[in-house]
Amino acid sequence: MNFNFSEEQELLRDTLASFIKRDYDFEARRGILESEAGWSRETWTTFADMGLLALPLPEEHGGLGGNAIDLFVAMEAIGRGLIVEPFLATVVLGAGLVARAGTESQQAQVLPAVASGECLLAYAHGEHAARYVLSHVETTATADGDGWRLDGAKTVVLHGAQADKLIVSARTRGNAGDEDGLSLFLVDANAQGLHRSDYPTQDGARAAEVVLKSVRLGADGLMGELHQAWPHIVHAQERAIAALCAEAIGIMDLLNQDTISYLQTRKQFGVAIGSFQALQHRMVDMLLATEQARSMAYLAAVKVDTDEAAERAKALAQAKAMIGQSGRTVGQAAVQLHGGMGVTLEVRAAHLFKRLTMINTQFGDADHHLGQLSDGLLAA
Amino acid sequence: MDLNYSPEEESFRQEIGDFCRAELPPAIAAKVLGGQRLHKQDIAGWQKILHKKGWAGYQWPKAFGGCEWDATQQSIFDEETALHGAPRLLPFGLKMVAPVIMAFGNREQQERFLPRILAAEDWWCQGYSEPGAGSDLASLKTRAERRGDHYIVNGQKTWNTLGQHADWIFCLVRTASEGRKQEGISFLLIDMKTPGITVRPIITLDGEHEVNEVWFEDVAVPAENLIGEENKGWTYAKFLLGHERANIAGIGASKRELVRLKELARATLSGGRPLIEDARFRDRIAQVELELRALEITNMRMLAAEREKRAPGPEASMLKIRGSEIQQTLTELMMQAVGPQALPFLFEAMEAGWQGEPVGTDGWAETIAPLAPSYFNYRKVSIYGGSNEIQKNIISRIALGL
Repeated sequence: MNFNFSEEQELLRDTLASFIKRDYDFEARRGILESEAGWSRETWTTFADMGLLALPLPEEHGGLGGNAIDLFVAMEAIGRGLIVEPFLATVVLGAGLVARAGTESQQAQVLPAVASGECLLAYAHGEHAARYVLSHVETTATADGDGWRLDGAKTVVLHGAQADKLIVSARTRGNAGDEDGLSLFLVDANAQGLHRSDYPTQDGARAAEVVLKSVRLGADGLMGELHQAWPHIVHAQERAIAALCAEAIGIMDLLNQDTISYLQTRKQFGVAIGSFQALQHRMVDMLLATEQARSMAYLAAVKVDTDEAAERAKALAQAKAMIGQSGRTVGQAAVQLHGGMGVTLEVRAAHLFKRLTMINTQFGDADHHLGQLSDGLLAA
Repeated sequence: MDLNYSPEEESFRQEIGDFCRAELPPAIAAKVLGGQRLHKQDIAGWQKILHKKGWAGYQWPKAFGGCEWDATQQSIFDEETALHGAPRLLPFGLKMVAPVIMAFGNREQQERFLPRILAAEDWWCQGYSEPGAGSDLASLKTRAERRGDHYIVNGQKTWNTLGQHADWIFCLVRTASEGRKQEGISFLLIDMKTPGITVRPIITLDGEHEVNEVWFEDVAVPAENLIGEENKGWTYAKFLLGHERANIAGIGASKRELVRLKELARATLSGGRPLIEDARFRDRIAQVELELRALEITNMRMLAAEREKRAPGPEASMLKIRGSEIQQTLTELMMQAVGPQALPFLFEAMEAGWQGEPVGTDGWAETIAPLAPSYFNYRKVSIYGGSNEIQKNIISRIALGL
């Protein structure tokens, strides 16, 4: 048993913490959110320079070959900084899929460009009628000469409009809901027939609706084996969940810190409000929820790359359910204990609360994953 | 025991409903029912329609142009209008300052202010909380010094709801600093156009401009705008907060939102099937529905007790706590219903008649746009008007004697 982080991991944590302190404080972040682009290319370049973008990528394609614990450390810091740049979309989801499902030439083309910060990726999978049902893909890819033609609509594609390339899931046979017959395609952002409408998200990042109308690809647009993308789609969600769990831990720690500090400094009736037992107990509940969540976020990181699919699925579902529940407990209490200040955008806690709330809506909320676990009991 | 309203009360409900169907402008109702952004003219416009009918002062005594309806009738009115999609009437004029002016103001003040409040000619806002005086309101510091026939006001108020539209503000100000902090507070009515007043927006979690800070710098207020006696303002303030209890549970609005939640669960697809087929989500709806039904009956019990003139207890606090929790749960479930689609922040799509570039399928942007913002915004209901922690203190003191 060992819950310590390595020296390299501690170094990464310190590097990111000092970057946030120096270049990504509350005001700097506000500036980025209010900018036209909604994200900072400069920050991205800094991330590339510090090796963050290369961290989990394979060494043979310009990566550092980092593991899931390295990624945990990075995502926790991203949570603490409320960083809105497309790390999840590009590095975790996009590059993760290319590295696992992509052909040798797709990997050679895309991964070094991700590591250097030149190429942004997005993963276009979710659809309007799907909600959290991963196999519900209506978008189709039909054989077209020796290539493919894609038609369909994808919803809430994280950083979809900022991406240079999109990884699009499509049905190549069967019906929506079938796990068989799904394939992945690498699509250039400027492909004819690809339409993206960009919008800000509740937590200050960006996403897009993506419409594909007769988007034509060559044979080399297909990623991996035809009809057999399902395990990749499942694993991509699991990697996203592990990353979100770590991000949520960074957020909850900071929310607790900010709330404790508010309880210690805010005075009413002549005393610090932290002297009231009702508020102390609520704060303790926040702490308990955070520690339980931290344990499950560790579990997620340790299990996310295991080959045993059933064990992996269960651990990740448990982790995401608990992160959702704990995030709700911590976020709601943090706002309540901040009183009126908590419902204004003037305090950091409000922004942390919004991101934490949105984490629960991504890649399955607490009820969804509880449902998966509950269904799993029947199978056992 | 009988849980039904009397035939007279049912026909009263019918009358209110008929009026809403005939007179509530569909454009306003559509905004309320769809969770879209409301503007000053929507709220004031509805009050003017009610005023024409003679119902704006439904809680007021007849002597001041009101209806003098009893608590049950008021409750039926609140519920029925909310169900039809009427905007909530702003309480600051009608339900807060007006009862104070009636009880403690002089005849000139009553004649000057009350008719304009009733007719929605003046928009009122509240100057109670300060940065250092929230739950501990009596520690307020905004000073008013008497100089000749004026008070000179200096200080800062906060959590001022919709004061950016206001013509008048009623303020608690400190006129003496000796003795207990509750003594030395006075109740002043201040014209918002007076030089020296600055209104600064506070942007809430959902990105909206709903509350403000109001700064007073050497603001000269005619002494005739003092309510009652100098240094007796705390008595009036407590009287006012007692009037805040009406409609505190928000049952009508919650019943309306429950309908909306069910519609959303039917319309939202999950794996290509309506979400309502998901037993786990149905449980969530069923749970909040039973909580709401219980609160509705609890509210009726309290109305009945009020009719029998039993001593008022901690009922308002109980209704506030459970009512706010139910309102919050409803907003949370609506956000949860749409799953990953709660993420887009479509600020412009919350405006009625929005003609933006269609995002997604038809009507999708308008449907999802208000959901997460409402959840964020409604975190306020367990904080404002006396936080739920303060309400629990009241209950433990009054009901439990602890």
